[in-house]
Amino acid sequence: MSQDFLRQMPGAESQLKKSKGVAFRLHLDPVLLSLLLVLCVIGLAILYSASGQSLVHVEKQLVRLALAFFVMFVFAQLDPIVYKRWSPWLFGLGVLALVAVLLFGTGAKGAQRWLQFPWGLPRVQPSEFMKLVVPMMVAWFLSSRYLPPSLKAIFGALCLIFIPVLLIVKQPDLGTSILIAASGVFVLMFAGISWRLVAGFGVLVASFAPVMWMFVMRDYQKQRVLTFLDPESDPLGTGWNIIQSKTAIGSGGLWGKGWLEGTQSQLDFLPESHTDFIIAVFAEEFGFVGVLGLLFLYLLIVLRGLFIAVKAQDSYGRILAGSLTLTFFVYVFVNIGMVSGILPVVGVPLPLVSYGGTSVVTLMAAFGVLMSIHTHRKMLI
Amino acid sequence: MLWGCSLRADRRLKDANREKQIYAFRNILAVLFVLALTTALIIRLYHLQLVNHEHFQTLSDKNRMQLQPIAPNRGLIYDRNGALLADNKPIFSVAIIPEYSKSIDESIASIQNVIEITPEHIKRFKKRMLRSRRPYQPVILKSKLNEQEIARIEVRRHELKGIDIQAELARYYPIGGATAHSVGYVGRINAKELEKVDAQNYSATNYIGKLGVERFYEDELHGQVGYQQIETNASNRVLRVLDRIAPIPGRDLTLYLDAQLQNKAVALLGDRRGAVVAIEPSSGGILALVSTPSFDPNLFVTGIDYKSYSALRDSLDLPLFNRALKGQYPPGSTLKPIIGLGGLDSGVTNRTFSIWDEGKYQLKNDERIYRDWKRQGHGRMNLFSSITQSCDIYFYDLAFKMGVDQMAKYLGDFGFGKNTAFDISEARDGLLPTRAWKRALKGRAWYPGDSLNMGIGQGFMLSTPLQLATATAVMANRGRWVQPALLKSITGNNDSVRQRKVSMADVQIKNPDDWDFIIDAMAEVMHGKRGTARGSGRSASYRMAGKTGTAQVVGIKQGEKYDAEALSERNRDHALFIGFAPINDPQIAVAVIVENGGGGSTSAAPLARAMFDEWILKLNVENEAVVEK
Repeated sequence: MSQDFLRQMPGAESQLKKSKGVAFRLHLDPVLLSLLLVLCVIGLAILYSASGQSLVHVEKQLVRLALAFFVMFVFAQLDPIVYKRWSPWLFGLGVLALVAVLLFGTGAKGAQRWLQFPWGLPRVQPSEFMKLVVPMMVAWFLSSRYLPPSLKAIFGALCLIFIPVLLIVKQPDLGTSILIAASGVFVLMFAGISWRLVAGFGVLVASFAPVMWMFVMRDYQKQRVLTFLDPESDPLGTGWNIIQSKTAIGSGGLWGKGWLEGTQSQLDFLPESHTDFIIAVFAEEFGFVGVLGLLFLYLLIVLRGLFIAVKAQDSYGRILAGSLTLTFFVYVFVNIGMVSGILPVVGVPLPLVSYGGTSVVTLMAAFGVLMSIHTHRKMLI
Repeated sequence: MLWGCSLRADRRLKDANREKQIYAFRNILAVLFVLALTTALIIRLYHLQLVNHEHFQTLSDKNRMQLQPIAPNRGLIYDRNGALLADNKPIFSVAIIPEYSKSIDESIASIQNVIEITPEHIKRFKKRMLRSRRPYQPVILKSKLNEQEIARIEVRRHELKGIDIQAELARYYPIGGATAHSVGYVGRINAKELEKVDAQNYSATNYIGKLGVERFYEDELHGQVGYQQIETNASNRVLRVLDRIAPIPGRDLTLYLDAQLQNKAVALLGDRRGAVVAIEPSSGGILALVSTPSFDPNLFVTGIDYKSYSALRDSLDLPLFNRALKGQYPPGSTLKPIIGLGGLDSGVTNRTFSIWDEGKYQLKNDERIYRDWKRQGHGRMNLFSSITQSCDIYFYDLAFKMGVDQMAKYLGDFGFGKNTAFDISEARDGLLPTRAWKRALKGRAWYPGDSLNMGIGQGFMLSTPLQLATATAVMANRGRWVQPALLKSITGNNDSVRQRKVSMADVQIKNPDDWDFIIDAMAEVMHGKRGTARGSGRSASYRMAGKTGTAQVVGIKQGEKYDAEALSERNRDHALFIGFAPINDPQIAVAVIVENGGGGSTSAAPLARAMFDEWILKLNVENEAVVEK
């Protein structure tokens, strides 16, 4: 197909690279890269405030970000065809790893999320890996078929989504499974699934909710939902987080209290202030204006991602790029939604801002894939 | 296309352009989706940050800011010379903050490794734990730590998690035992007391006056609560003070009491049970107010332990009992000068009328024999000699003639039967018997025999040492009433010292010479050849007036003889004495009672003389010029 065509036109690729400059030759998208860098700088500044002005936290996060940008760079160098070819194998490996997690995994707070290797190797979190692999797999599966997908193909795709999601729910890790399910569903959407099916599926999910509540959800997950519905029912227990985060956001007002001046976070009233709830710190210190700015930055990144997707040359690249971008947005929406009290608290960090290593690396890897799709063009369009 | 080929449905030819079109459309939908959700977030944030900003601002401020009351420093109490009677001293307590402690028992054990903690401490700590408290409020385990204990805890502070040393000002009474019954003491405020005071003003106060001056002048001593607005973090640790309204400290009090005279009285009483009240006749100011045995009021300030308290409570000597104010004794012969004065004034007797005393007295139609304390009698006795020698028979006769109504009138004029003190609310009224009282209480008529007993200060009549001293001061003033008072002045409030209302009218006598006549008789008690207290008046550089008295503890049956030796110590008579000095310019009026001391002349009078000497010759030197040579 397209790659065969390129083989017949040696020199076309190098010509293309030359015309787009150094960034393109390095397979980077300067627009996306600079947006991401700005976001990370802002993130580090909030982290400094949210961690109680701890330079140690900032340094650690800086190292992780450096690693994540390196991973992004590496991922950008690989041709999308590589991802496409490797998708089923990676998926198979990922599912095996998830099964292994359930069998021999380690973890904390009643959740089994990591695989600990002997011989001093770093432990890995297969569910993070699946955030990338599931959309890849579904995109591969669908793009190899006639689009819009047939019912059979949709069913196959849903199975591909359902297996890892189920394994992750079992860990249990509701946040990650929601994000992975979303990324898979986005692939289906972009592939052109009929709206009638979407509506029918929605009804199905809604009718399954009670079943989920009865049989699938753990007590702590149910508690989170109940707390979400009425945080004041347990103001010092599980409702505390959400009351304090709403108080932090609300007290920020239009202009905020100023950097390092947020009393809710600086005086430790806000729990998890440097991880999942970091947006509350930002909203408290920079106000409505600041949050609008941050949302705008996220919006630009998402729009750039969708632009890259629409410019992609084949269906695989398109629907993968679109899905990864929308998943990124879901991160932002779910995080801000839960911190501001319109969504139940599921453990979703604010992308590239929250303190923590794994999600940063996965996210940047996804942007690497986006850049790869954008910069490995086979011909001028 | 590995799998694709095997699926029949996908045999259709892929159409790249169609796929692209589908995607482009879906991508627009995706953008709309993103914009819609972003708008939802913005609406939510707008709602939180702009619409409800004030609500959340208040919540946020409530989180971090607390209005903390600050206890005012309690006013100090000085004696008339500026010697401290009640001081404020810092005390240190070790407390546990349960929120920071993993296990309370472990925390206690860890403190136990450092300082001594008794099971009693732990018991009381557990009791305090049950009370309602704010989160992160420390609970005291042991108070009044000494310096060594503080140092030991401070050194190991890092290993003692959730343990805090707290400092507060607590009352300290430098001459504790000597002033326990006059100055009183403060103690931890209890729920009942909190109901009576202005709860807001006491919101930071731990102590309240429980007794004596501390209780009576609680309002002046306490002061006005202050406030500080503090910023705390989520662990309730105070980070900084945002605003502060300083408390207004309580007012300092200066009392009429003289600490040295007070100490002297304590020393004079020694280990005997008794009371001494000394009053400055010109002002009514109480110079000394002592009841022995006493107790250490410092024990009560932070809470007395059960063992010490039960020891005090169960002691046969009743150290907690304030004899000077609450001890109600038959005044005995100390009443005779007043009865005599009343007899003269009412015309029932005169200066020359005399009787023949052969040791007994009998009423018509009454078989009962009323005896003189001197078995063989005093012989010929007039009013003057009856006072100097304390003849009972003369006063039986006088009492019979005066009757209860007249006696009660004159005794009432001198303040018996009521609490006339200005600022001593706990003083008892004593008992001034009247016909109405007897009918109401005993359901019987007043018999002439009752009058006879009353005439020599026995029978129903009861008085407190404070009342005796007051009456003596009025006598020294020749009828001018002064209200006994402890408070001399309040610092910073000179003019608005509570207006002293003399609730008593001056004692009016038709012939003012009668005052001198009675006082001369009282002087003769001290200085005369046959005066009952001549031993105590000997070789004095000033003239004094006095009267001895003896109060029966057990009734002596008809025909029985009082034998001090045979009676057990606690059944012996109480010894009483009243007196004042110098006669021409009275500086001190004294009432002394020594419980089970036997005769007034032997145990009470010498004590009063020593008080006179101490005050007139040593302590009150600025008045030396007027001392009689």
